[in-house]
Amino acid sequence: MDELLNIDATEAARRVRAREASAEALTSLLLEHAQKTEPAVGAYLRLDIDGAIEQARAIDNAIGDGKDPGPLSGVPIAIKDNIHVKGQLTTCASKMLDGFNAPYDATVVERLRAAGAVIVGKTNLDEFAMGSSCENSALQQTHNPWDVTHVPGGSSGGSAACVAARSAFISLGSDTGGSIRLPGSFCGVIGYKPSYGRVSRYGLVAFASSLDQIGPFTRSVRDAALSLRVMAGRDVMDSTTPAREVPDYPALLGDSLKGKRVGVVRRYLDEMPNREVADAVGSAVTNLEKLGAEIVDVELPHAEYGIAVYYVVASAEASSNLSRFDGVRYGLRKEADNLLEMYKQTRGEGFGPEVKRRIMLGTYALSAGHYDEFYGRAGKVRTLIARDFEAAFEKCDLIAGPCAPFTAFKSGEKSDPLSMYLCDVYTIPASLAGLCAMSLPVGFDKAGLPIGMHLQAPPYADAELLSAAHALELTLKASVDRVPAIA
Amino acid sequence: MDEQTVEHVALLARLKLSPDEIARFAGDLSAITKYIAQLSEVDVEGVPATVHPVSDRNQWRSDEVAASLTRDSATANAPESEQSFFKVPPAIEGTEHEPTN
Repeated sequence: MDELLNIDATEAARRVRAREASAEALTSLLLEHAQKTEPAVGAYLRLDIDGAIEQARAIDNAIGDGKDPGPLSGVPIAIKDNIHVKGQLTTCASKMLDGFNAPYDATVVERLRAAGAVIVGKTNLDEFAMGSSCENSALQQTHNPWDVTHVPGGSSGGSAACVAARSAFISLGSDTGGSIRLPGSFCGVIGYKPSYGRVSRYGLVAFASSLDQIGPFTRSVRDAALSLRVMAGRDVMDSTTPAREVPDYPALLGDSLKGKRVGVVRRYLDEMPNREVADAVGSAVTNLEKLGAEIVDVELPHAEYGIAVYYVVASAEASSNLSRFDGVRYGLRKEADNLLEMYKQTRGEGFGPEVKRRIMLGTYALSAGHYDEFYGRAGKVRTLIARDFEAAFEKCDLIAGPCAPFTAFKSGEKSDPLSMYLCDVYTIPASLAGLCAMSLPVGFDKAGLPIGMHLQAPPYADAELLSAAHALELTLKASVDRVPAIA
Repeated sequence: MDEQTVEHVALLARLKLSPDEIARFAGDLSAITKYIAQLSEVDVEGVPATVHPVSDRNQWRSDEVAASLTRDSATANAPESEQSFFKVPPAIEGTEHEPTN
């Protein structure tokens, strides 16, 4: 692999703006590399080779004309295939959206382009972003670049895998209960879920609207800060985005944690069966302390109900959001004599097993006679989970812990839906409470698979979270600075 | 959850399921709802429900005419359309609607 592919996006953009490298050369190099890694990894559903070269040339021409295309000048970026890129397919890795051509750019894509980014392709996911391993894709299997017999995590598995395999500098994912952070942890890259409302979801195919957030996968914390800076802020097309100021996240990155308090739920580490994960995360907590942070014990007594709450709330919202896929306006239609039969056959054939399971669960939870017992109660426990965080953040500025109970598991290993749901035990509570949260690579297990730390901060404390992660990252360079052999 | 309930919910959700799927979902959904039933042990007396994590109120835009998707581009992905309308099979048995100008 060429050295140019192993730098981060911040440095790549600097070189392009300083004319030390051309956007076209960088993009060509990356596309050639992707063609070598893709047969084994399968991160991309589609690479837009001609389009990417064309975008890169436009960046080079602008620079040649003395213009500055922006802080992501010439940076090749991949987009999860549930986010619209105008003129390209959006499949959600489902047969249901067969042939759907996006009529517009998602707001995040529009903002990345305006910052000089080159959109190179669309990445694989669990169908409609429902899953924790990427195995629920109806179109393709994606493999973990660190060991291709293991899963990349999900649902944004393709986006995590391509950044790890160096076949994208940055990628976008979406996170509803951990779909950025879990694959980030499994693939050894940074996965950042911004605070709820920080980034517009316009152009993201909705899964569970009270939880969905778009965020980046990156190789450095400063790249996460840079891409968030570019994407965040008010968008008139998403009413959950407030007109709050967007801080200059990259400029606010620090290298010390003096005066900061970091909360740790001791139980998570003490009781974790996988000692390699517990030890790597525990050692990163020690690094936080060495950086000047005061480590405080916190409790999140209702977090253990997170998965139960999540599967009611997310499935209920999904059953409503996915009702739009009815064979009338987009994608697949199975012909039938009357409208009801057409709906049933289209949806019965178009959706895969996990999507159907969640639609069924959500419909049941919202149906007459079960609403109070399921959806009503889940919303109340959700409040208690959010209150636990509020109480914990009285005592600390951020919370550190494991991102997942284990490293990437083998493909096909988890066939029972409930055991798959339990992968997200540590990531779900932050989604329910609208926090910002990140997975940061902190080490490797003996098999050479990455271990991720989960960092969480209060809503809209993105700058503080990124700054702390940046300081920690500096102390971890020696232990995580590896590239998968496949790259 | 028994198979009869699964069939009822599948109709509500407009999903055609095969006999195999009905049997499988009855098992899966029983296990999942049993897991979810742990929520009944939480004391939620007097606790309001959270339906949305935003602290800020909805952010409305002003109601002004602005550029948006054209009708043709909005219907371009439809399996069947005519004169910029979505076309569907008969909703009521025995009727056939022809578009009129």
